[in-house]
Amino acid sequence: MKIRGFSGRQAALPLKDHMLEGRQYGRRALTAYAILAGAVLLLAVRYFYLQVASYEEFATRSVNNQVRVVPVAPNRGVIYDRRGRPVAENLPAYRLELVPEKVGDVEETIAALGRIIELPPDALETFQAQRKRYRDFDSVPLKFNLSEVEVARFAVDRHRYDGIEVVPYLARHYPYGELLTHVLGYVGRLDADDLARVDSGNYRGTTHIGKDGIERYYEGLLHGTSGLEKIETNAQGRTLQVLGRDDPVHGDDLILSLDMQVQQAAWEALGDRPGAVVAIDPSDGSVLAMVSKPAFDPNPFVHGISREAYRAVVSAPGRPLFNRAILGGYEPGSTMKPYIALAGLELGAITVDDRVFSTGRFYLPGLNKPFRDWKKGGHGWVNIYGAIEQSVNTYFYQLALKLGIDRMHDNLARFGFGTRSGVDLLGENAGVLPSTNWKRGYLGQPWYPGETVIAGIGQGFNVATPLQMANAVATLANGGTRFEPRLLFARKPAGDAHARRVAAPKTERMPIVEPANWAIVHEGMRLVVHGDRGTARAVRPEPPLQMAGKSGTAQVAAQAVDEDMDENTATHLRHHALFIAYAPYERPSIAVATVVEHGGGGSRHAAPVARAVIDAWLEQGQ
Amino acid sequence: MRRLLPGWFGWPQLDAPLLVGLLLLMAFGLVVLYGASGGSMDTVYRQAVRLGAGLVAMLILSQVPPHILRIWTPWLYGLGVLLLLATWFFGTGRSTNRWLDLGVIRFQPSEIMKLAVPMMMAWYLHPRRLPPEWTSIVVSLLILAVPAILIARQPDLGTALLVAASGGFVLFLSGLQWRLILGLAGLAAAAAPALWMVMRDYQRQRVLTFLDPESDPLGSGWNIIQSKIAVGSGGLFGKGWLNGTQSRLEFIPERHTDFILAVLSEEFGLLGVLLLFCLYLFIAGRGLHLSSLARTTYGRLLAGSLVLTFFVYVLVNAGMVSGLLPVVGVPLPLISYGGTSVVTLLAGFGILMSIYSHRNFIR
Repeated sequence: MKIRGFSGRQAALPLKDHMLEGRQYGRRALTAYAILAGAVLLLAVRYFYLQVASYEEFATRSVNNQVRVVPVAPNRGVIYDRRGRPVAENLPAYRLELVPEKVGDVEETIAALGRIIELPPDALETFQAQRKRYRDFDSVPLKFNLSEVEVARFAVDRHRYDGIEVVPYLARHYPYGELLTHVLGYVGRLDADDLARVDSGNYRGTTHIGKDGIERYYEGLLHGTSGLEKIETNAQGRTLQVLGRDDPVHGDDLILSLDMQVQQAAWEALGDRPGAVVAIDPSDGSVLAMVSKPAFDPNPFVHGISREAYRAVVSAPGRPLFNRAILGGYEPGSTMKPYIALAGLELGAITVDDRVFSTGRFYLPGLNKPFRDWKKGGHGWVNIYGAIEQSVNTYFYQLALKLGIDRMHDNLARFGFGTRSGVDLLGENAGVLPSTNWKRGYLGQPWYPGETVIAGIGQGFNVATPLQMANAVATLANGGTRFEPRLLFARKPAGDAHARRVAAPKTERMPIVEPANWAIVHEGMRLVVHGDRGTARAVRPEPPLQMAGKSGTAQVAAQAVDEDMDENTATHLRHHALFIAYAPYERPSIAVATVVEHGGGGSRHAAPVARAVIDAWLEQGQ
Repeated sequence: MRRLLPGWFGWPQLDAPLLVGLLLLMAFGLVVLYGASGGSMDTVYRQAVRLGAGLVAMLILSQVPPHILRIWTPWLYGLGVLLLLATWFFGTGRSTNRWLDLGVIRFQPSEIMKLAVPMMMAWYLHPRRLPPEWTSIVVSLLILAVPAILIARQPDLGTALLVAASGGFVLFLSGLQWRLILGLAGLAAAAAPALWMVMRDYQRQRVLTFLDPESDPLGSGWNIIQSKIAVGSGGLFGKGWLNGTQSRLEFIPERHTDFILAVLSEEFGLLGVLLLFCLYLFIAGRGLHLSSLARTTYGRLLAGSLVLTFFVYVLVNAGMVSGLLPVVGVPLPLISYGGTSVVTLLAGFGILMSIYSHRNFIR
């Protein structure tokens, strides 16, 4: 018997009785089946009890159950400038919504709608992606900001479309368009990435979210808290009546410290040149103007910009998406000189009486290549006032060598160079304030004396943003208090009668050795505008107003920096023109930094922009 | 020699009545699933693919002669225990360690145990005298307890109890004396408070909610209440296919997985429920009948246990949906949407068919 081989173990235990076991199994299987059947009978009784005996009760509860809870989106807070002009508002508009479960074939419906309403080519794709966020029988927006003609056309065909509705809503609108894009940012359609960083429950009824700028930074204040509506629906899920409502808490209105008149002046003064202007109130660090040019109109982004239009913005000359005011890194050049002069005085490296003879060329021992002054032949004997007034490089070359790069770094850092200012916008550039440590850490190289020399005139590795430059000059103007610049001035929670000032920004008071040293530097900067040889005497204001400033030029191509560049130089090779200023001289209420890209000389091209901004601010009597 | 290997050559060895019963059940399931998923053809399609994979597994296993299965049984059991230990260390999953990620596929080793535990116990009892003697009983219980405890610690109490039940059925079918059965049942009842001690908070919450669902009607009691409303409002004839408001408006939780019976009850009424129960009873009856025709102890015990375990799924799920039992994650076999359990269940039926069709050749 070969078969035995497969069940060899049985041979070892001869006591097994297969016939008996088989009968026993049959009995047990039958018992088990009887138990199962009994259990099923029990279940059947239970279901009979629920479905027949208690039918009335549960049927009623099922009907009463047809109460849906629908989220109600809060109104987004309005944004004003410091004088109450709305800069981001909500306008009544219409959008087209669609309940996918009711329309049947979504693809076909959208194609049909496309014949009466203008839809972007990727409308279907966007719709399907958005749909995932919604529940069954929720209405999903298809198109925002319908034109009057589209609303009318749809109304005519209304009866043909079940499950599609034109719904009124409040659309975000930016009345100043591109003038404020880089400050305000814009809102756009909520997507999966956005949902990951907010409480998605609170955004169930919301279609738009801040994507950039103030709109993004203060999303938490602007959005508000979603409300609920209890809606009775029929068995098909169609709304019969509203039973109750938890009102949403609308978002806070925000009042920015910006002054639109100053903003406008800065925008116009830049003309069609790329550049940036930042103006700060030195008494509290609030930002009065922040312009980056070129910019773009944010309004199309709100309603869903088409791909071609977006591509056009991205590839436009001058990179309009790039916010130069907080992201643009420029070589601060001679605008660093006042801070270096102050460091020299405070550390005792120089005194007010020390004089330096400028020949136009400055040599380091062992180096053949001279470090130049911008004026051929040099400036002759200058003290500290003349050095700032005329921007004498030789004076600062010597001072830098006396201070050394690390002491220079530590003093300039107090003005905020090399660190993010902490402004209430995302993505700020920290810039670079070089030191021996920095160079070893980032470049893995030792520091060379020649680099100290050019650092003395703000060149070499130095990089600063227009915002950092403005905040530094504000700190200089107010006598040593560095604020975190703030765009948000006050907020008005929905329902409150009055706006509340937001908490004062973080401040840092720097150690001062001798207040007279600060007065010396202030006077030097006054002479830049009011002195007979001041580099910016051309922008001298009408008496009695006095202002202080300092010009600068950032190298673009590797060539000697001349304060007055040849007008014939090709535009893209021209240096960036810089100017920092504050006014009025006696009691400063505005500090400005301006950058005009490829403008050429700072005093000639950037100073007039700063002057226009100061005028616009002072004109209004603050 | 040819008589030894008939299954490898002949026409697929499938029992026609059982196969028809299973196919009817699956077809009914897909119809209900279409409604329960909110009219998603996509979901139905994916479930059909799974069922197809399960049928292939069934077909393959039905061709493997039982003695081959028996030879491999200890290995499968050992592998299963190893994988369970592996999930202990390398498991993935949000709060539980049930899943093992093999790169290509992710699966729950506890699924393997649903087959491996009864197989191992049948393998162990196969050469021994039945009804089992004391030592056999103790070893059998050990075979059952080790994986059950490992699974319970994952924590997946529902599966652990099912695995334990499948082992318990082997013992029951082996002819364990009634006084011992009652004794073990008493012991289990006495161990219930101990079970409460090892439960996680959410498991305790489920039991408490089951005892008094109205205590937290919007929170954890919601599932039970909404499920009962769905079942009750279905009435005798149901609201009609795709017309269940409880289901369409998403009041029923997990409506296409664990609570799909609530959707069926709402749309097809008591008649639909009874039809479903009849199908299950027919499948179980046919399965037990086939098992009793098997000639080896191994085949009988394994086949019987697989059928009974399959039916326990039905009882637990139907009890849970109607509020008779606490909410445990047990699917309605072959109806609920979901992957691994479908394949395991159909694989079990493949083994059953193999045992039946090879009955004439192996003693």
